Amino acid sequence: MIFGIVIALVGMAALAWGFRFAGQAITGNTPRFRDMPFGVAYGYVLGVLLLAWLVWAYIQGRSADPLIANKFFFLRIAVEGFLIFAVAAWLFRLLGRSVGTAWSRKMFRSMPLTASFGILTILIYATFAIFAGLIAPYGQEQILPGVAANIVPGGDPALGGDPAFLFGTDQIGRDILSRLIYGAQNTVGIAFATTVLAFLLGGTFGFLAATLGGWLDQVLSRMVDVLMAIPSLIFALLLMTIASVWAPQLGIPLTVFMVVIIAVIDSTRVYRLARAVGQNIVVMDYIEAAKLRGEGLGYLVFKEILPNATAPLLAEFGLRFCFVFLTIAALSFLGVGIQPPLADWGTMVRDLGGFVNYAQFAPLAATAPLLAAGAIALLTVAVNFVVDWMLHRSSGLKE
Amino acid sequence: MGNVLTIIFQRLALGLLTLLIVSVVIFVAVNLLPGDFAQSILGQAATPEAVASIRRDLGLDQPMVTRYFDWLGGALRGDFGSSFARANFASFSGTNSGATTVAEQIAPLFANTMFLAMVTAAIAVPFAIILGILAALYRNSVFDRATNIFTLSSISSPEFFLAYILILFFAVLNPIFPSLSTIFDDMSFSERLEKSMLPALTLTLVVTAHMMRMTRAAIINLLASSYIEMARLKGLSPMRVIVIHALPNALAPIINVIALNLAYLITGVVVVEVVFVYPGIGQLFVDSVKIRDIPVVQACCLIFATAFILLNLTADIMSILSNPRLRHPK
Repeated sequence: MIFGIVIALVGMAALAWGFRFAGQAITGNTPRFRDMPFGVAYGYVLGVLLLAWLVWAYIQGRSADPLIANKFFFLRIAVEGFLIFAVAAWLFRLLGRSVGTAWSRKMFRSMPLTASFGILTILIYATFAIFAGLIAPYGQEQILPGVAANIVPGGDPALGGDPAFLFGTDQIGRDILSRLIYGAQNTVGIAFATTVLAFLLGGTFGFLAATLGGWLDQVLSRMVDVLMAIPSLIFALLLMTIASVWAPQLGIPLTVFMVVIIAVIDSTRVYRLARAVGQNIVVMDYIEAAKLRGEGLGYLVFKEILPNATAPLLAEFGLRFCFVFLTIAALSFLGVGIQPPLADWGTMVRDLGGFVNYAQFAPLAATAPLLAAGAIALLTVAVNFVVDWMLHRSSGLKE
Repeated sequence: MGNVLTIIFQRLALGLLTLLIVSVVIFVAVNLLPGDFAQSILGQAATPEAVASIRRDLGLDQPMVTRYFDWLGGALRGDFGSSFARANFASFSGTNSGATTVAEQIAPLFANTMFLAMVTAAIAVPFAIILGILAALYRNSVFDRATNIFTLSSISSPEFFLAYILILFFAVLNPIFPSLSTIFDDMSFSERLEKSMLPALTLTLVVTAHMMRMTRAAIINLLASSYIEMARLKGLSPMRVIVIHALPNALAPIINVIALNLAYLITGVVVVEVVFVYPGIGQLFVDSVKIRDIPVVQACCLIFATAFILLNLTADIMSILSNPRLRHPK
């Protein structure tokens, strides 16, 4: 195998040289080919070969022989998904450019495709999360009588599917599609609430520390330093162990504890940012003027500092949401996060994960855990794309 | 040079102090548990005499401060007490075979986790730096944009998603690597490497993105300086300008971000070890959390926190050493 890789690398080097030489000969030595470094030529060849391989794999995935088709099934889905999302994002941007207020049209005109993909995805998730009860065909905890467990997704009876359950059923016969839709409500909703709580805590204390300074700033900052010295997932797991003993005794659901624990841990990061941003604002002349006017602390924080700190805090909100969302997913995946019977993507991945091993013979069976994991990944990727674009826009980085 | 030593000692002392406070936090957090361990070990069969005797054996009748110093003193000597689950099991089976102390239980798993972290670092660091240099060299090209999208996606995906994708493509559809990392003590190095390849690749995907983006940003930041322009005007090739002229000056932030990402590996390792059933300290930690085996949870927490603080400290000291302006503070 190593021998094959070496031969392929050498072969590509020869191809790259040939490509550059041919380019020089055909175009009469234009600067584009004359000054092309060898690395760039190699990159072009590598890119073209990669593209050719993808097309070949896609055609293989459509082949009539099920053994070959199964092997490339997931690549086929990935390619199709990528193309569909790209087209949808492009259409969405087109729509945004022609519909809406002058401000939103202007925003959509300068938007890269990744950001419009992100906004579209977030809107779709929000719709699913808000209207989960109306969209989902069955209840999230509903164990349907007379329905077999582990129905294969796809809805094709010949492959063990059922048209009534397009995404199949899980290990105790609940509809996976409904659970995925309710998962949007539970997982995203809980993550959103946690992030809001973290921002309320961290933002308030951060601004207070920045405006008041002195011993309050010192005490809060040292406390945050200590909390940040423990890796967050480890600390969350430790506290969840303790909470899992307290929860039944106090009669409070474990999920509430989880929200508070993660919010407190994440508020330390928000505190750092809010304090740093706040300190930059506090030294401004208009704050001095407001102080001389005799304005109170509440006015200073909410009317003077907060409006000027919105841009960095908004970007941080997106990133923080991703971290919180991933932490909750990881905790649920490890079995100490959102508790059953609530439908949740992390728990679904853990419960259905074993089906990945059947991918070679029944690729549809393996899609169930990947759908849940993919749903998590898609949302965080979307949020990250939007945040990336926002940061790029606000910093004016155009290089 | 004396100045540097003082700064490093200051940082070390600060790190030790942080570690001490962290150990207090861990200890207090665990002691927030309701009831006590003796009762939870005995369960429903608890008679007052039995509870009292176990409390005496485990030293639970001492005040909290005494217990904290006992625990800390033990931890410094590498003695983390005995695991409740194992002790319980031993008392039921009547034999005292196998590892019952936490230290005996953790030691081999810790070595496994370190092995995984080192394999990951050996793949991820060169990969990230080369990708970062290439992205800086061909900035704003199709290659740069494609790497940007790819790395952004891999940072934002949960670890278990990446792990399952890798299992799907490299273990199930094309059986190149095993999907379960069963590792024994008497395995040869190459066998170990093969078994831990998929977890290492998953972790690589998780940490590479951040390191690569920082490398690219650090180099691009420098490209506007006049000495780079000078090198370019001399007629040097772009590759030479970046590798010989820009990279050494960009090294400080790069080393910093590498150390921080190795620290991040520590948390990432928990989920990845669970997916691949890799016998490491992360797996042990999650299992102990589920059965509430307090001494093990405490010990794992302390080890993770120590490693985290040490790596952060290294990042700090490295950035001081590589930056003359920080070496001679005003």
